[in-house]
Amino acid sequence: MAVCVAVIAKENYPLYIRSTPTENELKFHYMVHTSLDVVDEKISAMGKALVDQRELYLGLLYPTEDYKVYGYVTNSKVKFVMVVDSSNTALRDNEIRSMFRKLHNSYTDVMCNPFYNPGDRIQSRFVCLGRAFDNMVTSMMIPVC
Amino acid sequence: MADAVLFEFLHTEMVAELWAHDPDPGPGGQNMNLSVLESVGFRVGQALGERLPREMLAFREELDVLKFLCKDLWLAIFQKQMDSLRTNHQGTYVLQDNSFPLLLPMAAGLQYLEEAPKFLAFTCGLLRGALCTLGIESVVTASVAALPGCKFQVVIQNS
Repeated sequence: MAVCVAVIAKENYPLYIRSTPTENELKFHYMVHTSLDVVDEKISAMGKALVDQRELYLGLLYPTEDYKVYGYVTNSKVKFVMVVDSSNTALRDNEIRSMFRKLHNSYTDVMCNPFYNPGDRIQSRFVCLGRAFDNMVTSMMIPVC
Repeated sequence: MADAVLFEFLHTEMVAELWAHDPDPGPGGQNMNLSVLESVGFRVGQALGERLPREMLAFREELDVLKFLCKDLWLAIFQKQMDSLRTNHQGTYVLQDNSFPLLLPMAAGLQYLEEAPKFLAFTCGLLRGALCTLGIESVVTASVAALPGCKFQVVIQNS
């Protein structure tokens, strides 16, 4: 299960960032910020390589001693970053991919909401607006233990 | 097939509503109405640009994005593909549709040529919005030589 989930806009500012409240949030914000460099590196590497297919899922960005950070880029250059607890070794690649797919689907739903202005932060202040997105992220962050 | 007709009716009603209050608004009012239609199309295009390429792999270059517009976007909205795509390889693309579904019910030939731009504004905005989500700033204009065929010209803005 994810410990922190972030959605970063094309211009590299956060649209949505949420972490489990037990930890120091600032640490996660910093980790997400540093992971953006790695994401940019991967995107430019993909651009230069003469590979026919370019995947949206970027895979493991970098591991630290406690956490692993995964990344995903959409066609509209919106980045999703997920921080996962290292001790949770049961999480396989497929599960991470499916979590990103759910995140992408929810983000698309938010984008199609006519009350949402693209570029705004995703907040669940108004009833319809970020509530579904929030709930989806909550379901991904329920602690295992 | 009922889905296609629903959008056509909605679009016709949108255009009719904007011109209902003042059938001859003069150039200022006319531009205002066209801008309104174009902005509505822009927002819809932004949402579609996010939703439609979801299962596709990342686009490698501009031409891929334009091809996506001509095939997948047009197919999703108008149930047909764009008839031709031309480019001068310097940032200008001309997309040609020989029987544009929103113009088909109007006329065939030169009748109502002056009214045609009203029915193209929304689609211009749609193209611009989809391009914007996919990372390309552009200016989209439309021209009609003879109904129901029309051409959309996309000029990429390089900063």
